[in-house]
Amino acid sequence: MKSVCRTLAVLLAFGLTSVLGNVAIAEEITVYSGRSKSFMDHLFNAFEKDTGIKVNRVYDKTAAVALKLKTEGDRSPADVVLAQDAGALGALSDAGLLAPLPDALIAQVNPDYVSEEGDWVATSLRGRTLAYSSARVDEKDLPASVYDLTDPKYKDRVGFAPANASFQAFITAMRVTEGEAKTKQWLLDMIANGVKSFPKNTAIIQGIAAGEIDFGLPNHYYLIRFKTSDSKFPVEQTSFAQGDIGNMVNVAGAGVLKSSKNAEAAQKLVEYLLSYKGQSYFAGQIFEYPVVDGVIAHRQHGDVDAKLDNAPDVDLDAISDLPGTLELLREVGLL
Amino acid sequence: MRPARQIILAAARTATAAERDRSGVKPWPWLLSLPGLAVAVGILLPLSYLLTTAIQGANGELGDILLRPKTLQALLNTFGLCAAVLASTTLLAMPAAWLVTRSNLPLKWAWSILLVLPLAVPGYLMAYTLLSVGGSYGVSVRLLEIEAPRLTGFTGSLVSLTLYNFPYMFITLRSGFLRIDPSLQEAARCLGDGPWRAFFRAELPQLWPAFLAGALLVVLHVLGDFGVVSLMRFETLSVLLYGSLAFEQTYAAWVAILMLLVAGVFVGGEVLLLRRRRYDRVTPGTARLLDPAKLGWLRWPVVLLLIVFLFFAVGLPAFSSAYWCTQPTLGFVTRDWGASTAASLKICVPAAIIATAIALTMGLMTQRFPGWRSRAIERLSYAGYATPGLALGLAMVGVALWADEWLVEAGDTLIYQSLGLVVFAYTLHFLAEAIGPVRTGLLQAGVRMEEAARSLGRGPISAFFAITFPLLRNGLAASMALVFLSAIKELPLVMLLRPANYDTLAYNLWDLSNENLYAEAAPFALTILGVSAVFVGVLIWCERQAKSRKMQG
Repeated sequence: MKSVCRTLAVLLAFGLTSVLGNVAIAEEITVYSGRSKSFMDHLFNAFEKDTGIKVNRVYDKTAAVALKLKTEGDRSPADVVLAQDAGALGALSDAGLLAPLPDALIAQVNPDYVSEEGDWVATSLRGRTLAYSSARVDEKDLPASVYDLTDPKYKDRVGFAPANASFQAFITAMRVTEGEAKTKQWLLDMIANGVKSFPKNTAIIQGIAAGEIDFGLPNHYYLIRFKTSDSKFPVEQTSFAQGDIGNMVNVAGAGVLKSSKNAEAAQKLVEYLLSYKGQSYFAGQIFEYPVVDGVIAHRQHGDVDAKLDNAPDVDLDAISDLPGTLELLREVGLL
Repeated sequence: MRPARQIILAAARTATAAERDRSGVKPWPWLLSLPGLAVAVGILLPLSYLLTTAIQGANGELGDILLRPKTLQALLNTFGLCAAVLASTTLLAMPAAWLVTRSNLPLKWAWSILLVLPLAVPGYLMAYTLLSVGGSYGVSVRLLEIEAPRLTGFTGSLVSLTLYNFPYMFITLRSGFLRIDPSLQEAARCLGDGPWRAFFRAELPQLWPAFLAGALLVVLHVLGDFGVVSLMRFETLSVLLYGSLAFEQTYAAWVAILMLLVAGVFVGGEVLLLRRRRYDRVTPGTARLLDPAKLGWLRWPVVLLLIVFLFFAVGLPAFSSAYWCTQPTLGFVTRDWGASTAASLKICVPAAIIATAIALTMGLMTQRFPGWRSRAIERLSYAGYATPGLALGLAMVGVALWADEWLVEAGDTLIYQSLGLVVFAYTLHFLAEAIGPVRTGLLQAGVRMEEAARSLGRGPISAFFAITFPLLRNGLAASMALVFLSAIKELPLVMLLRPANYDTLAYNLWDLSNENLYAEAAPFALTILGVSAVFVGVLIWCERQAKSRKMQG
């Protein structure tokens, strides 16, 4: 009997500690991050250490985060939202879920990268690019435009990530600048040409390295990550011709939710992302382009201004029609 | 003469009265049945909520939603994968089970244990292994400079799921072989059948119930799998559900309902196929032990094949995870191994304990208060097991948000994204696994001794803990180990229900493999492997203990 009671007591104690273990005392905020855990965890940890504010993290796809916030409405436990696409932030702003940010905060950022209502800011820039296998692709076979990838020469050799927010933003930009019909045709032609769908950008790059595909359409900074840890990594990347929509530059950004019960701490996090420390992390560790003057991009980038010049003209406030893009991707069978 | 007869009759009358008292007249134990009822509500409420929201959301455009080419394709893919995995696990497990029960294979007991080990390697870990080993930049090229094929899509899913699900089929078929009455085969041989013909005509039909039980386990696991098919990029219903979750929730709800229907078809199919057959021994006497078949020189190739199989199912994942552990990682990808292990434990330990406790109350209920009520409650707990994880998770998210609307003021959450909800979902999903060992323990313990203790003046609770509980300890340990083993590997539920900061080992492994960050994923893979291996060991130990006790008895 005694031993039975002891067993029960031990089990009960174990159960209780595991339930009560997460009762927190310090100030804390909750972040819904559409940017992946591999990118953001490090920065959140640094923020916790510097400010003493605990950051609860919920990671998901950007579109999923947007939808989740819309479903939860004013019940959402989130204080801050991070997205890797201007479209999702625009959609949240349109739904009236974002609180205006303080002027002092907005003033730090290049005005091109702040929303019209001032309720979200870009935290970094990223370009679309063409990645290819250095082992199996001759440089003279590189396409000049993203539209050339429908050529039979590239049959079954190309990969992209339709569920990825950056790809979706690229499609939205294509719809805005080139028209619905042309975008839809391009997607259909790509499918007919045997394009392979990957879940994420990193998977595209690894797919090229593993020999599954020869070309891919990721963001620019993924490959740099691989190259810094393994200089022999058998993948290279390049731009399309100047002004091609395939060179589009998108933003990753942040906003504070209206429903936040701790807006002050939430703003501190956004401020931290724009601080020298945060921007240096985006530029130096993730290899994105900074949005604040005075932060130097990583040397792997070469001339950042030239790259930004290569990009097509796209108004970031105009690409908030994420639902339309999702509808199109669904219609052609990619989602 | 007369008085004696009267005494006997009177005794008989009191005996039937006592009998009746035990089964029928005894009041229904409301307190004891509470946990079981909570489980029943816990499973029925989310599923009906899912159905109502799906119907409301469809707005009469159901045909448009369900008849998309994508839905039909995913449905076909799901059925195709289930059938293929079922076929391949059967083809592997049938000879293996025969070898360890019917042949003179050397070290049969060791093989019986080793062949259960693939249970420690969840499907997504196998998928992670296959993806990171093959291809022009995989482990095989780096180490051996030989390019191994990189399996993806259907073949990749098939191989991963076959290796992982093999033990379920193997265990059921093995016990099936052990239970077959050898006299049937002998009768067939006496009537002139050759050994093969006797096997197919007399023995194989006897295996039917065991095969069906194993087959149901396998197809339910394949249907519920999300990790493997998402990593391998093979679009089944679960991939479709998860993908549409971010973009179109009504559609996701309908895909979930479709998954439930498919699960229902599988369960119903098993029940139909098992009906009206007789498998037990009709004649009196016990079955004789059969002489093992002589393998002769064949035994060495057979042993070699078994070793090759185990190498792919267990050795390769362990080896490749260990290899990636030594490879350089991208510096800034910080994954907190400790926090992740803690998260896994905080979910799995309470789930294992609660599930076992509920299973105990349900076992007591069915043993001591048999009837339609206890049967219905027990059946519902199996429904929780058959419900695919993603569908259950989606339904529970909906109910949690709905309940929070009633319980707390706007802007607050109590149930949604709470640790309690995840633990509850795990408990529901894995409860059925806890029922078996506890029930066996209860049946072996019987009720007589406890009744004797009651008659000596102990109260019901004190009598139970003094007499039955100590006898149950093995069964309870086995139940907890089973639930814990499944819970630590669980992926789909945690994807939908996890609170902030609760990224479990399984989630981190899946997420990093999904980004093809193999070196970063390796520590999580090794941890899951190690912990699972320990618990498979616990299970085997429990089984052997039970066996040796039986022999002593």
